[in-house]
Amino acid sequence: MSMNGSTPGSSSNGLSKRTVIALVQDRPGVLARVAGLFRRRGFNIASLVVGKAERPGFSRMTFEVEGDPSIVSHVARQLDKLIDVVEVTDVTDLDIVWREMALMKVSASAETRGEIMQLVEIFRAKIVDIGAEAVGIEATGDPDKIDSMISLLRPFGVREVMRTGRVAMPRAALEVGGIDGFNVKSPESTLWVAKSTDTGSV
Amino acid sequence: MSNEGNELSGAQIVCESLVREGVDVVFGLPGGAILPLYGVLNQYPELRHILVRHEQGGSHAADGYARSTGKVGVVFATSGPGATNLITGLATAMMDSAPVVAITGQVGRAAIGRDAFQETDITGATLPVTKHNYLVMRAQDIARTIREAFHIANTGRPGPVLIDIPKDVFAELATFNWPEGVELPGYRPPGDGAIEDVKAAAELIEKAERPVILAGHGVLISKAWDELKELVEKAEIPVVTSLLGISALESKHRLNAGMPGMHGHAYASLALEEADLIISAGARFDDRITGDTKRFAQKSKKIHIDVDPAEIDKNVKADVAVIGDLKAVLTQLIPEVSENTHTDWVRRVEHLKSEHPSMTIRETDELLGQHVVKTISDITGGRGHMVTGVGQHQMWAAQFWQSTEPNNWQTSGGLGTMGYEVPAAMGVQVGHPDQTVWSIAGDGGFQMTMSELATIKENNLPVKFAILNNNMLGMITQWQDMMYDKDFYANAYTGNPDFVKLAEAFGIKGLRCTSQDDLEATIREAMEHDGPVVVDFVIRADENVYPMIPAGESIEQLIEEPA
Repeated sequence: MSMNGSTPGSSSNGLSKRTVIALVQDRPGVLARVAGLFRRRGFNIASLVVGKAERPGFSRMTFEVEGDPSIVSHVARQLDKLIDVVEVTDVTDLDIVWREMALMKVSASAETRGEIMQLVEIFRAKIVDIGAEAVGIEATGDPDKIDSMISLLRPFGVREVMRTGRVAMPRAALEVGGIDGFNVKSPESTLWVAKSTDTGSV
Repeated sequence: MSNEGNELSGAQIVCESLVREGVDVVFGLPGGAILPLYGVLNQYPELRHILVRHEQGGSHAADGYARSTGKVGVVFATSGPGATNLITGLATAMMDSAPVVAITGQVGRAAIGRDAFQETDITGATLPVTKHNYLVMRAQDIARTIREAFHIANTGRPGPVLIDIPKDVFAELATFNWPEGVELPGYRPPGDGAIEDVKAAAELIEKAERPVILAGHGVLISKAWDELKELVEKAEIPVVTSLLGISALESKHRLNAGMPGMHGHAYASLALEEADLIISAGARFDDRITGDTKRFAQKSKKIHIDVDPAEIDKNVKADVAVIGDLKAVLTQLIPEVSENTHTDWVRRVEHLKSEHPSMTIRETDELLGQHVVKTISDITGGRGHMVTGVGQHQMWAAQFWQSTEPNNWQTSGGLGTMGYEVPAAMGVQVGHPDQTVWSIAGDGGFQMTMSELATIKENNLPVKFAILNNNMLGMITQWQDMMYDKDFYANAYTGNPDFVKLAEAFGIKGLRCTSQDDLEATIREAMEHDGPVVVDFVIRADENVYPMIPAGESIEQLIEEPA
């Protein structure tokens, strides 16, 4: 089972799916401000994950949006103008690590339980809850892996699925002193990438 | 200062903070939620409060004051309708990058979210039309918030900031400490341009044979008119100005080639079209200038200098982009560019001016809007201030106002806000009490905000209003005439008030002028009067603005004269 089965920029409807990471200050309304800029351009936010960053008082958001890459790039620049947004990066074309977690409740009788547990093992997922007629499963991986797992579980009866959406992070440099993802402009991409030294927001 | 470290009410902290920001005038209109703030204004005589008649007027007045002085304009309004009435003014300021701070009262903290009387989620409502906004939930946060708001409003690309303060927070006590600075990790306004970008720009300028500078509002915001002039004279580069860039270089400067675009001077649009290099200095390639961007100025490379990185490549792709404060970037650029002449090119632009004289007024005995603006421009010598609304009168004003002083032209460009002309002129006059302020108004826009005549009278602000009265929504009439098969609808004002009597009802001098013969005498009479004047210039009704490049088209569709 490949952990990198899909390319991050692909999408089934022909629109490009972009992954954008924003480092933001934890202030009231920051999510509404960020979401408002996507809304203005009619973008659907396919997934959004927010969580505390390494510094107290700051959070990181990972967005997946579908849209024309040049417009996503412009929205990223407008995002960076928001006072509460410290740094924005379209990481789609960077070398990134990305993961998604899913919790699933699947019908399981005494007869099917064994088969389900086998699948869980193959996908390196975990049983996190067990009841008389169902089991709770936790899976982590790239979205394709989770998609495949759900389809294989479907015949047993998938009762509930809760997915986190994608979290992403540029890979660490391979050499000591090398440059980590956030400071590079991806060469083949015309997309704009924030540099931490940018005097980039007004 | 004296009150530092003392326990004060939130309302007092607001005033202490405004005084420390150097505010000397506030436009506002009280209401229930902001009354606690008004309750302490008496203690702060440094803060002159001008009581407006409508909050929209307050926001435009703060905007006009801000644009013409470079200082932050301040407006107060109450919660609910008071706050929502500010929105048009905030959006106007946002589009044209004017530094405005709005302070609104909000219902008490315990009532927020319960649809209390006069409650509106104004921070939510103004998200897209402010540079930033705040809801302050503790009196101890007020000083820091105001410090941040003023910093954000008037640095980088300026814009409006709204601060919403619940009624009980004005009453809450807190120790007043004025913060030494602001800590905004997500906000780093650019200063100098990157030197490699400046050098790349200089290299393109050196190689260009037909360069044109497109000077925008950024020149005036960053007070870079001296640097602009030095650069254009050193390298002999013709300049065209955007609508908001008018007055960046004196109109009669030999290298000023006018305003391009939809109703701009034809020679300016043609100069952009024929150029081999366009240097945008604090302009944003607005659609009124470019028309169809795919067909805009194909023969030229573009240098885009802007303080806002999100402007680069937004409408027109830049070959070289320099991000920075315009004054700083031009200062860096001037020594990198050698003294040069573009004799043939300048001659070509001169030729375009004589071949496409968009400044001639056709022969007629009737009074035209163009006559009015031209005569005001001649009599004032392009000095003092000119403010306009939006529509035909604005375009004639842009074409015929021959500015001789930097930043003496204020108009609603990006948002195109009719009604801007009355309150904004009031704000400009407050900022420049000893200078002549002319407001060119349309009869349509004037009626949107004319309630501020009462404020003008009350404060004896000697604004001179020139209503170009065609009893029409003139630009609507023109579009229906030219683009909607003369299918006229909702374009005529058949029940306009008598503007002379109206002025008199406000206690303001009213004059009427209906012919070219009386034009000069009327304008002089208005200027000699020591106080506000409203002049009703009754102009020919069906006069279209030319030249015209229809919306979304290119220079090939230029219409220079009536068919």
